[in-house]
Amino acid sequence: MSRTTNRQTDLKKRSTLKKFAAAAGVAVSAQINPAMIGYVQGSDRPIRVGMQLHRTGIGASYGRWYERAAVAAVDLINREGGINGRPVELVIEDDGTDPKRGAEVIEKFATQHQTDVAYGTLFSHVVIGSSPRAGELKLPYYVVSEGYHVASGSLNRYVFQPGITDVRSQVSSMAPWVASNLGKKITMIFPDYAFGHDHRDYFSSAIAAQGGEVLELIPIPPTESSFTRYFPKIPRETEVLYHVLVGPGVLTFVKEMGQYFGSGDRPQIFGFIDSLEAVDFSTPQLEFLEGTHFWEGYPRYAQPGQSEHDRFYRDKVGVDQNGASVNDPKDISTYSHMFGCWETLFIIKQAMEMSGYSGPADRPALIEATESLTEFPESRNHPQGRKIFNGRIHQCFGSQHISRVEGGRLDVVHTTSIEDGLYEPEADYTRMAL
Amino acid sequence: MTRATGRKSLVLHLGVVALLFLLQFVLPEYHHLTVTRIMILAVFALGYNVLFGYTGLLSLGHAMFFACGLYAAGLTVYHLGWDVLPAFLFAVAVAGAAAAAVGMIALRTTGVAFMIVTLMFSQVVYLATLYFSRYTRGDEGLVLPARARSFELVGIHVNLADPVTRYYIALGLLAAGILVVHRLVRSGTGREWIAVRENESRTRMLGYNTFSIKLKALTVSGALSGAAGAAYALLFAYVGSTFASIQYSIDALLFTLLGGAGTVLGPVLGSFIMFYLIDIFSEYTTAYLLATGVVLILLILYFSVGILGTLRRKWLHWLP
Repeated sequence: MSRTTNRQTDLKKRSTLKKFAAAAGVAVSAQINPAMIGYVQGSDRPIRVGMQLHRTGIGASYGRWYERAAVAAVDLINREGGINGRPVELVIEDDGTDPKRGAEVIEKFATQHQTDVAYGTLFSHVVIGSSPRAGELKLPYYVVSEGYHVASGSLNRYVFQPGITDVRSQVSSMAPWVASNLGKKITMIFPDYAFGHDHRDYFSSAIAAQGGEVLELIPIPPTESSFTRYFPKIPRETEVLYHVLVGPGVLTFVKEMGQYFGSGDRPQIFGFIDSLEAVDFSTPQLEFLEGTHFWEGYPRYAQPGQSEHDRFYRDKVGVDQNGASVNDPKDISTYSHMFGCWETLFIIKQAMEMSGYSGPADRPALIEATESLTEFPESRNHPQGRKIFNGRIHQCFGSQHISRVEGGRLDVVHTTSIEDGLYEPEADYTRMAL
Repeated sequence: MTRATGRKSLVLHLGVVALLFLLQFVLPEYHHLTVTRIMILAVFALGYNVLFGYTGLLSLGHAMFFACGLYAAGLTVYHLGWDVLPAFLFAVAVAGAAAAAVGMIALRTTGVAFMIVTLMFSQVVYLATLYFSRYTRGDEGLVLPARARSFELVGIHVNLADPVTRYYIALGLLAAGILVVHRLVRSGTGREWIAVRENESRTRMLGYNTFSIKLKALTVSGALSGAAGAAYALLFAYVGSTFASIQYSIDALLFTLLGGAGTVLGPVLGSFIMFYLIDIFSEYTTAYLLATGVVLILLILYFSVGILGTLRRKWLHWLP
């Protein structure tokens, strides 16, 4: 190789390195310099809603639909003039369904993306791991989690759950119907961690109040991937088998339950739809679920007398009458949970408009406005139904549904009243400093 | 190592600490918060490196020591109302004691068996955090009470909710970790660890009690990891069983491999790079772990002994 060629090669290498360094520099500065992200802080900037999303990890099947519901709601809000005349921008960050990453995402929303609020978290451990940072950064944090942790008073004044009823209320409201219609001798199968323990504790006391009893508690460790050894623990005299599981093992669990009971006698089965969210009922080996009952927060299959609000909501989010994506009938939604994302965004809008929210300085006013809300009438903004909101515990309460599997679909057989799920508040966030 | 290279090495390590001190004045707010977290995780990796990098023992269960510190600090504060400082010191002692206890059994094995035994012990700790959910609230975890967000130190009120204070505490812990490990690996103890790593049979033949040397390494490693766990709980006000999961053991291994096992600063560098790789890639793709994996494979291909390990091999032979 000649000297000239060598020199040319060196130059080529050098210029390539320079290009690489320049590209890396731009990439890094975009990371560290919020000014380059493409917005200017000011009154005409969009309202930025930071969505803490379970795009990966065990919550991913929920996250996919949470995102669709949130994007549809933001789109609708923007088409109708935004919030206080300003467009809404959804800033999405994946938390990996991990509490450590969740807390980091909250910090990112508050300081790098400079979102006005954080929103949309489902899994309890992510909510609980993130809430101290939201409180200390004074970032209003609207979760869609179902857990009792918000209402229990263990979090802080910046955390709200205005769009979905908590587990304690859900199970309390259903116990009377279960005791009257299915049986009073219950065996419970539940995940052996805090979410399952809430079911265990609150359903046990609710069924006892109805004159029933829990014969056996069967906790399932979170690392379990096969469940056959747990079914023989179900006592013979069990009248109702109550099951709730979440995570990647749910389908295996339900199939193995079917294999265990076979076509012989079995107790009544009452499950939480969490065990089959995002799962198609026509999946082979789920035929045994025919005639069993499920809790549903919001009926997956459109029911006779479907409300215009439900029709509107399905159309906007892209869900068909069977609860599947309009683009793919095998892509089943998490219908009993994701409505909370839709409804919560309209509550944020309502509270921001009530408080005249214009920027982070108005966050205390936004908190107080949210706390002052008391009721959300059924409407297209609240298609799941009317709810009441307790500003002292930052928690809403709505109706629940019990559905029976008939012909491979879920038909509602009972709807609870809101009052069925009310309990005495144990906390008062409004006494905490802002 | 000569006195001159020793001085050079000390200057470098003090320089890194000084650089981290100065960094806080130029960092944007988000990165200020992020670097605080990374410094705590770097202490965890420093601890891991004592066992893996210097003593040659690959543990797949170090999350248990991080979790021991996390829970010992968090539970004493939450349930017993302890102050922050005693809780922290207690947590370090608990993690060190746990490491010694695990070592008494696990160090009877070597190689792959050691990896499996440490993994099993770690699973026991993880499942224990779920089993005793009455006290730990299992996977949901506990938020530490407001009274644990501050403490008095020689008449000074220390507010843990203040980001600047947290940065100084994290920096102080990392600086202490770096200097302790730097001191140890240049001492007779460190040379014994390295001797075991290079050739345990020969070390034994020379009359050294290699079990005791390894036990000492594991105890120091566990205590450092526990210190990181305790600091994480107290600074960020949350304890949960996720931190005891295998993912966190793998994280410590990756931080160390990436930065350079057997170099004091390697795990610190690895912690920074890994954290930002995930942080940046996750903005662009849900396959951020895949992208991170590809980068790691490339790094291992071209920097087989980690970044600082390669620098030491080629140019900085004096790097401890």
